[in-house]
Amino acid sequence: MSYFPDSLRIDLGMYIDRAIEWLMHNFGGFFDAVSAGIIWFLRQIEEIMFFVPWWAVLIVIFLITWKIINTKAALVYSFMIFLVGCLGLWESMILTLAIVLSSVVFSMVIGIPLGILMAASDRFNAYTRPVLDAMQTMPSFVYLIPALLLFGMGKVPAVFATMIYAIPPVMRLTDLGIRNVPREMIEAAHSFGSSNSQTLLKVQLPQALPTIMAGINQTIMMALSMVVVASMIGARGLGLDVLQAIQHIDIGQGFEAGVCIVFLAIIIDRLTQSIGGKFKYPK
Amino acid sequence: MTVKLQVEGLTKIFGHNPRAMLEKIEQGLTKETILKEFGHTVGINQVSFMVNEGEIFVIMGLSGSGKSTLIRCLNLLNRPTAGKIKVDGEDIVKYDGKKLKAYRQHKVAMVFQHFGLFTHRKVIDNVAYGLEIRRVSPTKRREMAQKAIDIVGLNGWEEMYPNELSGGMQQRVGLARALATDPEILLMDEPFSALDPLIRREMQQELLDIQARLKKTIIFISHDINEAFKLGDRVAIMKDGVIEQLGTPEEILAQPKNNYIKTFVQDIDRSKILQAKNIMVRPNALVSLKDGLKVAIKEMEQAGISSIFVLDQERRLQGLVTIDDALKALKEHRQIKDILQHTYSTTGPETYMNELIQIATETKYPIAVINDEQKLLGIIARVTVLSNLV
Repeated sequence: MSYFPDSLRIDLGMYIDRAIEWLMHNFGGFFDAVSAGIIWFLRQIEEIMFFVPWWAVLIVIFLITWKIINTKAALVYSFMIFLVGCLGLWESMILTLAIVLSSVVFSMVIGIPLGILMAASDRFNAYTRPVLDAMQTMPSFVYLIPALLLFGMGKVPAVFATMIYAIPPVMRLTDLGIRNVPREMIEAAHSFGSSNSQTLLKVQLPQALPTIMAGINQTIMMALSMVVVASMIGARGLGLDVLQAIQHIDIGQGFEAGVCIVFLAIIIDRLTQSIGGKFKYPK
Repeated sequence: MTVKLQVEGLTKIFGHNPRAMLEKIEQGLTKETILKEFGHTVGINQVSFMVNEGEIFVIMGLSGSGKSTLIRCLNLLNRPTAGKIKVDGEDIVKYDGKKLKAYRQHKVAMVFQHFGLFTHRKVIDNVAYGLEIRRVSPTKRREMAQKAIDIVGLNGWEEMYPNELSGGMQQRVGLARALATDPEILLMDEPFSALDPLIRREMQQELLDIQARLKKTIIFISHDINEAFKLGDRVAIMKDGVIEQLGTPEEILAQPKNNYIKTFVQDIDRSKILQAKNIMVRPNALVSLKDGLKVAIKEMEQAGISSIFVLDQERRLQGLVTIDDALKALKEHRQIKDILQHTYSTTGPETYMNELIQIATETKYPIAVINDEQKLLGIIARVTVLSNLV
């Protein structure tokens, strides 16, 4: 175990660099367009969220929670959001939420159709599975590098990296949900002369919906954890507050920002889970 | 009777290259060899039969006999490897795309063993599914679905979800869903197997009632011989992908083709299937009114019996004469018509054997089977009925 011969070294990093360079050179226009799209979407969300006054946010959180969970949860959750404001992290929270929301929307738009494709084709499934495994096991920091190279510093690479990290659960669970629809139900749909798309829209997707909702829930949670990491490449928000606290060894500030992230995580998780529960049919 | 559906040499093999296996079958290789050596499963092997319009045709077999594979070929949920399926004279195996959809949307509907209901749709929307696929307008759809719901007696359950109903109710939804599109052919894949025995019997009766009104062509799969014989106008018994015997329940009961069928029919309750006309025999001795007493006594002596039925010229049953009365009357120089007895029992040809048991225990004489015009069709010895009780 003393040494490994230098003559056997492979310079993998160089090839990756070359590949990214090649991508930038040949598809620069494409990445610019993607970048513009992401920025535009992000702006819309930020604008809407900054437009709403802080007390209206509290009321909306209260009402939604009251409607789908109960009064106690509604009180607790709106108080949590209120606390975030009191800690002076309101703006950071909104910036964080905007990135999370955009990443989740993009993840769903791409992930659900890919999940459907995985369920439909065993071959596509076989190829995609290891890729998804790799995406989930790879340290999340690693995504920052290509995102940085392709999109530069700022929010866009943050959204991109978050999306890559958060997309596997929604894909996996869409696939799982569709595959778990009982065979007889599919046979019944076909026996009445349904086309494949009718079977998908009228039977498979509605049946898979509770599972897909669980996937979306996980995707949101992963996006929320990734957005903190993404602050390293210039995304402002709660993550940046944590990062700055680490750099200055400011335990107090780090704790404040950390608590806010936990609050957001709790609220989003419980709300999406309850919404998912509404899609369950009598079993 | 017109033939609705005709199956010719239907074969279904599962595996990577099923067509290549056809040759092996022709060479006479068995199902087991093909599975072991080539990894292909022979589901059904050159099955042929035909189904008449308006009949209930039951395909009966144990699990693995190929009956479910067979019924799934009839709406092409399984693509046959070889053979023809002619519906109204047209070979549906060639159907593809549009034609197949049209066939499934209009001509045929299926009821499943585990119901196959859409748990995310209310009962009414389940029933209307086939119409929705056929692009019937919502109001018309609802109306037609309601009619089907009425037929199966599910009024008032329309807005429930399937999983809120009991098993029997769920299968009613399955049946209503199949009836809603008003198909000509109904495929029923062990529809009552998942129900408990009491509900099963109720559903069987209900199916017979519905069939009496609607006169669909029904192909019914069952693994229960009692169910098969109760429902089927004709029954095909399958084993290892081939039909072992095909016929009416009475034919199969009376003449089981081999030991396999024999063991099957052993446990069956014959008294519920056999009718008087199936078990009656031609009397080996009869006398006519115009015959003399001496003839009657001689007939009885020859046949070794102690009573004899008396007919008129049109074979109408007039009465019965016992040997004691005949001997006495002969001494007193009386005629047959003077000593006719009427204490025997008669029955129609369609009476089921289990209804005859009571009669057989009460009478001393054979039971006379007569038609509406009082003509004697045959007689049933008491022992024939009573021995069934053992």
